[in-house]
Amino acid sequence: MSLSVRFAHRFDGFALDVAFEAPSGVTALFGRSGSGKTTVVNAVAGLLRPDNGHLQLDETVLFDAERKISVPVHQRRLGYVFQEGRLFPHLSVRQNLLYGRWFAACGVGADFDHVVEMLGIGDLLQRQPGRLSGGEKQRVAIGRALLANPRLLLMDEPLAALDEERKAEILPYLERLRVETDVPVLYVSHSMAEVARLATTLVLMDAGRVIRSGPAADMLSDPENVPALGVRAAGASLNATVAAQEEDGLTRLQASAGPLFLPRVDAPPGTRLSIRILAQDVILSRARPEGLSALNMLPVTVTAVRLGDGPGAIIQLQAGEDLMLARITRRSALALQLEPGTECFAIIKSVAVAQSDVGGAW
Amino acid sequence: MLSLKVSFWATLLSLPLGVAVAYLLARYEFWGKQALNGLVHLPLILPPVVTGYLLLLTFGRRGAVGAFLEQAFGLVFAFRWTGAALAAAVMAFPLMVRAIRLAIEAVDPKLEQAASTLGASRPWVFATVTLPLILPGVIAGAILAFAKAMGEFGATITFVSNIPGQTQTLPSAIYSFLQVPGGDAKAMQLVLIAVAIALLALVLSEWLGRAVARRIAGS
Repeated sequence: MSLSVRFAHRFDGFALDVAFEAPSGVTALFGRSGSGKTTVVNAVAGLLRPDNGHLQLDETVLFDAERKISVPVHQRRLGYVFQEGRLFPHLSVRQNLLYGRWFAACGVGADFDHVVEMLGIGDLLQRQPGRLSGGEKQRVAIGRALLANPRLLLMDEPLAALDEERKAEILPYLERLRVETDVPVLYVSHSMAEVARLATTLVLMDAGRVIRSGPAADMLSDPENVPALGVRAAGASLNATVAAQEEDGLTRLQASAGPLFLPRVDAPPGTRLSIRILAQDVILSRARPEGLSALNMLPVTVTAVRLGDGPGAIIQLQAGEDLMLARITRRSALALQLEPGTECFAIIKSVAVAQSDVGGAW
Repeated sequence: MLSLKVSFWATLLSLPLGVAVAYLLARYEFWGKQALNGLVHLPLILPPVVTGYLLLLTFGRRGAVGAFLEQAFGLVFAFRWTGAALAAAVMAFPLMVRAIRLAIEAVDPKLEQAASTLGASRPWVFATVTLPLILPGVIAGAILAFAKAMGEFGATITFVSNIPGQTQTLPSAIYSFLQVPGGDAKAMQLVLIAVAIALLALVLSEWLGRAVARRIAGS
């Protein structure tokens, strides 16, 4: 499954001109509010008709301005999860979930019981949407989109309207979705934490244009992308396996570069996790420091140095098989004489890693 | 009772058209929208006698539409109870359309978008999402129209006259009784009936509206 997007559209005072490819997996559209992300998704869904361009899903042309092709919304077979759920208030949760199935042309769809179980909404089936919490509504909305048997799932900031707790409640379901279904997802977000946990492909947007796009792991560990991602949100992910739960409340994980100690992660030993480490939480040292409170010291090799215009610098590091980013001052980068090939230690405070930065299987 | 029959058919037959016109006015922008809107509201602002006379000109036996209908279907409006129903329907139409249009405008178009992304074509979206959500408004509009049809006097008497047993509706009967000496008592009976029917309609509309709203809110 692969989606090819290329189109231009003008609103009053806003011009959108985008082109990117979304392979299977989760493709995240990331950018500031007003950068045109939702417009892109609406164009793919058919809710907006672009001035010109071409949209294609595998072999199916969804839209082509020159050939005057525009498949109507209801025939595109794309599941759309909206920011605010948009459940039908006059139908029960079960009827909402089955709504798309009435219209799905072919009978072979996602298995109802499996979707219900995966999203944990079995207890809600007889309820009316008006009595669900925000998080429950969003899970039902995701299930409803999935059960319409879509060829592509569109998600427009499905978590933006929820508080942190509800987000934390839904993220694991989205991760399961990525693992357990092979429906490709186009995911709009302006939250780096969500993108880092979910995306396999990342498309960076700004002011109606695509700045860069590529595999998420590469994009997130590329110092050149840091300005676009935001210096405070930038950071690459380490893959690690839970090794043991220690008695003092810490969890020991094994990354390819060495052991990592994190505040309690509720997962049995052997679970593979992806841990996002913010560039600004990493300290670099040329020698292995002694008498330091930070528990995590990984031996790393500098692979790239990007000196910004301001006082900061971003250093890309090879940590075993993974890439990391560290944000330090330009002064330190020069004082430590960091350059590609330099060996040093990356120091990460255990408590700097938030629960929301610990993601599921990779 | 002739009035009940007249009002019932007037309401029932104009309801689908009312929903269609209300949907058109609420959801679409098109050339002549203001003209349509004006035409629908005309009976509300014209003197009823004028409306009745216009109906007579159009649907009378020598009127353009009336002559055609009589030849093609043997359908005659002038001075028949069907004409009374037509007059009542035309007079009640603006009220019905207003109520339904308000209900349609209250439905979030985003829900209709969501339905279409789930594979529902436009007619299906209307049948499965819009219509159930506007049902309270449709019922309110219908009851309003029914009450208005019961009370219609001016256009009816102009269009179909006041023939006892044929075109004499409740208001024209009351009017007739008041014209003859000693008719007060009979008129009063009819007045009481009219009040009872109006109250019943009001209570019914409240009850239906609330029941449907409850079903939608899911409590």
